[in-house]
Amino acid sequence: MQVIPVTTIHRGFGTTSRRDAWWATPLAVFVGLSAFVVYATWAAFQGEHYTYGPYLSPFYSPELFGDSPHAWFGPKPAAWPGWVPFSPALFILPFPGLFRFTCYYYRGAYYKAFWADPPSCAVGEPRKSYRGENSFPLVLQNAHRFFMWVALVFIVFLAYDVWLALWFTNPATGAKEFGIGVGTLILAVNVCLLAGYTWGCHVLRHVVGGRKDEVSKSPVCDMAYACVSGLNGRHQLFAWMSLFSVMSSDLYVRLCSMGILTDLRLL
Amino acid sequence: MQATFRIWRSKAAEGGGFVDYPTEVSEGMVVLDAVHQIQADQAPDLACRWNCKAGKCGSCSAEINGRPKLMCMTRLNTLDLTQPVTVEPMRTFPLMKDLVTDVSWNFRVKPTIKKFTPRKPDAADGTWRMAQRDADRVQEFRKCIECFLCQDVCHVLRDHDKHDEFIGPRFFTYSAALEMHPLDSADRLRDLKDTHGIGYCNITKCCTKVCPEHIHITDNAIIPLKERVVDRFYDPVTRLLRVFSGGRAT
Repeated sequence: MQVIPVTTIHRGFGTTSRRDAWWATPLAVFVGLSAFVVYATWAAFQGEHYTYGPYLSPFYSPELFGDSPHAWFGPKPAAWPGWVPFSPALFILPFPGLFRFTCYYYRGAYYKAFWADPPSCAVGEPRKSYRGENSFPLVLQNAHRFFMWVALVFIVFLAYDVWLALWFTNPATGAKEFGIGVGTLILAVNVCLLAGYTWGCHVLRHVVGGRKDEVSKSPVCDMAYACVSGLNGRHQLFAWMSLFSVMSSDLYVRLCSMGILTDLRLL
Repeated sequence: MQATFRIWRSKAAEGGGFVDYPTEVSEGMVVLDAVHQIQADQAPDLACRWNCKAGKCGSCSAEINGRPKLMCMTRLNTLDLTQPVTVEPMRTFPLMKDLVTDVSWNFRVKPTIKKFTPRKPDAADGTWRMAQRDADRVQEFRKCIECFLCQDVCHVLRDHDKHDEFIGPRFFTYSAALEMHPLDSADRLRDLKDTHGIGYCNITKCCTKVCPEHIHITDNAIIPLKERVVDRFYDPVTRLLRVFSGGRAT
C-alpha cells in the first residue's frame, strides 16, 4: 500500500485545526510572568521601602547587608564598588529566581509562552531546528535540584520573618509586644504558599522517595513521598499562587512604608 | 439534527484534502458513530481503523477539530455542531489512507527498550515479595492502551521529526513502568539519555493532556526518569557519593 508522508503537509507557525482559544493560556502565562519579572526587577533595584515595622519584604529576606534593623551583617560593605548599584535584594533574588526559572512546571509554561516551542499543543511551530534540553544551554536546567535546596532553606528564613512580624515595638515604651497586623497575615499566607510550592517540587519528590523502586521499605521516605506527591499534584496552582503572593507581600510592605497604606492591627 | 463532518480523504497522487459530509446525528452519538454512518451512506471507501468502540483498544485515534482524540470517546454533544467537525488522521505518522496511519514505527521502537529483568527470587520457592504501594506506582503506566495520541501530539515528533533520536512519551511511560518496577534489575538510564533522547522532552505536558487513560505521563513517568538521568550523569554530588559508596560512577 502506498504511504503518503503526512509530515510533508505540516503547517506553519500558529496554524492548527483547533477551534478553541489555544492562544489564551500561553498569552496569560506571557503576561503573568512578564509582569512578575518587571515588578520584581524594579522592586529589587529600589533598595528602600522594603521594611515596615516588624515586616520585611520577602524579596529582601534574608537581608544580609542593609540599613534596616533586619540586616544580619550591618550596612552595605565598605568595599562595595561605587559604580555597582546596591540593593539587599540583589544578594537574595537570584536564588528563588533560578529555582523558579528551572522549575519543571515553569519550563513547560515559558517554553510555550515565550519561545513558542510549541505555542500550544498541536499548533505549528516557528522553527524547524530543535535541540531541547539535550545540549547547552538548556541542559543547565538540570541544576534545578541545587536551587531547590536553597529554596528549602529560604522557607525557614521566611517563616522566621513571620515570627518576627508578630512582635511590634510599642512607641511609648519601646518594648516589643505581641500583635497581629494585616501584614503579619499577608506574610504568613505567603510563606504557606511558598512552602506548598517548594515542598511539591518534582526534584524533592525524587529525592525523598521517587529515586527508590521500593520506597515502602523505608517508612519515613514512604510518608514523605506521599506528602510531596500530594503537593506535587497541585504544583501549577501553588506556582502561580505563590508568585502572586510574594509580589503582593512586597507591594504591601512597600505601600505601608511609603505611607500610602495604613497597616491595621488586628490584635 | 444534521451536522457536517469535514473528513480528510487521501488521494495518492495529490496527497489529500478535506471533504464535507453532512449527516444526521442524534443524542448519544460519538464521532466514530458518525464516521460509520458516513461510510454506510455516502463513502463506502472511507478508510478508518477501529475495533472496540469502548476506548480500550486505542485503534480509532484521530484529530478532531485539531485535537488528538479517540473517535469512539468523543461525544458529539461536546462539539460545536453548528460548524463542520474536522476529522483528520494523526499528523505524526505516515498516512496510509484517509484516517488510517502507519504506526509501525512504534512497534520498531519498543524492542529497543531493555526487557523486564527480575532480580533473583526472594524466597526459596522461586517467588518474589513486593509491597502493593510499590506495585501501584507502576500500575498506572500499565493502563496505556497504545493509542499513540501522546506520540501524535508530542512536538518533538510532530514538528521536529526526531523519530530516529527520540522514543516519545508512550515509550518513556513504558520505560518508567520497567525502570521503577520493584522487581526489575535492568539499567536503562544510559539508553534513555543517549539513544532514547529523554533530554529532548521540554515538559509541555501535551502528552498528559491527550491521554484517554489519564496517565500522568509527564509528572509520574518522564520527570522521574529525567531526575534519575540527572542523578546518574549530570549531578556531580551524587556521582561523588556513588564513588565513595562503591556504586557506579557513570
